Amino acid sequence: MSPWFTGVVERVTVETARARTFTLRLPAPLGHRAGQHVVLRLTAPDGYTAARSYSVASAPTSEPTIDLTVERLDEGEVSTFLHDVAEVGDELELRGPIGTRFAWDPDDGPALLIGGGSGIVPLMAMLRLARLRGATDRVRLVAAARTPDDLLYAAELPGPEVTVAYSRAPGPGDRPAGRLGPADLAPAVRPGQRTFICGSSGFCEAAGRTLVDLGVAPTTVTVERFGPTT
Amino acid sequence: MAVTRGFTGRPRPERDRRLPPGQYDAGDDWPVLHVELVPELPPAAWSFAVDGLVAAPRTWSWDEAQALPRSTYEGAIHCVTTWSKFDMTWAGVSVDVLLAQAGGALPGASHVLIHSHTGYTTNLPLADVTGGRAWLAFEVDGAPLEPIHGGPARLLVPHLYFWKSAKWASRIEVLDHDQRGYWEDGGYHDRGDPWHEQRYHGD
Repeated sequence: MSPWFTGVVERVTVETARARTFTLRLPAPLGHRAGQHVVLRLTAPDGYTAARSYSVASAPTSEPTIDLTVERLDEGEVSTFLHDVAEVGDELELRGPIGTRFAWDPDDGPALLIGGGSGIVPLMAMLRLARLRGATDRVRLVAAARTPDDLLYAAELPGPEVTVAYSRAPGPGDRPAGRLGPADLAPAVRPGQRTFICGSSGFCEAAGRTLVDLGVAPTTVTVERFGPTT
Repeated sequence: MAVTRGFTGRPRPERDRRLPPGQYDAGDDWPVLHVELVPELPPAAWSFAVDGLVAAPRTWSWDEAQALPRSTYEGAIHCVTTWSKFDMTWAGVSVDVLLAQAGGALPGASHVLIHSHTGYTTNLPLADVTGGRAWLAFEVDGAPLEPIHGGPARLLVPHLYFWKSAKWASRIEVLDHDQRGYWEDGGYHDRGDPWHEQRYHGD
């Protein structure tokens, strides 16, 4: 039996100038854990294929749909297709869910989520799950973006469990523009917490080092890097 | 597989015959995709062990490992996330040497579980890490392996997808059965041959 199944594009939502969310209808609920990813495969008429991994942004529910938020990379063979060509009604091949340690459920205990840019996507599935379960006390999300215009899910994010930081723009409040630092992360560190960091490799290492300096044990930190795999 | 409406893909006039199916040439890029924080491994904190089903389990210090005879691998590496990288030169200690110094694998040994200083694990058939096809690698392209790429030492099994080449490798555990590692437990293939596109369970 082929591990691949078909997702039909049901809706395309513009998130930012460079990111769109593709809501796909599946034959059955994906059965993923928040944080896991799927592989999306495109096939050309001559049989050539291109496959890329995308994190699921939606929380696991009984609905047979998933949201994939995809950033458009200029050299990205798959992301440019999704942004420039794919339309509602198109069929896309998928397989998954995939991933073990970068996955969380409120029953696992408290979690600190740190995302940079499109690295917020798998963390959004975790935040959404916590909110659905009424378990927002179990989660803290620190969401970093270049500017307010680059922040994914900007309308949905705000809540007492979410902190936003911009590297290239001031705010929110009196926060100056800049990379995540101890002042941003220290208030979100709690004992007994697991930490999930997702973003570029540089973002992940910097955030991880800051946490270790704050006394967080490296073994409690799980990282997912969005490499320049286009 | 179903053709995707409107998808033609990158121009591919002369596909490099060295590219396994579904892979592209990353050129000078070397993407970084590990799941842990880069560990600090100064020589005093570093060690490497071969244990499990071997005649004489043993552990090497940094200096002891540096004194072992080295050999090189020249060629490509292939990551399951679809990039390949060509014309690399790696230097390290053949796993054959390490196993021999640990007295050799005992009868019944069939697989290995590779451990990393970070807790990462990956499983391989014993046959894939013997016969001059796997190394504990210390250098790439004439320079010490950078920490971000698994330095000071990582496993190198270039004929399989590169998640098998565990960064910051700490131990080869020889087993009489196949025991899944980190990614394999999460859906990735137990062997991972890029020429057969063994990316996930069932491939």
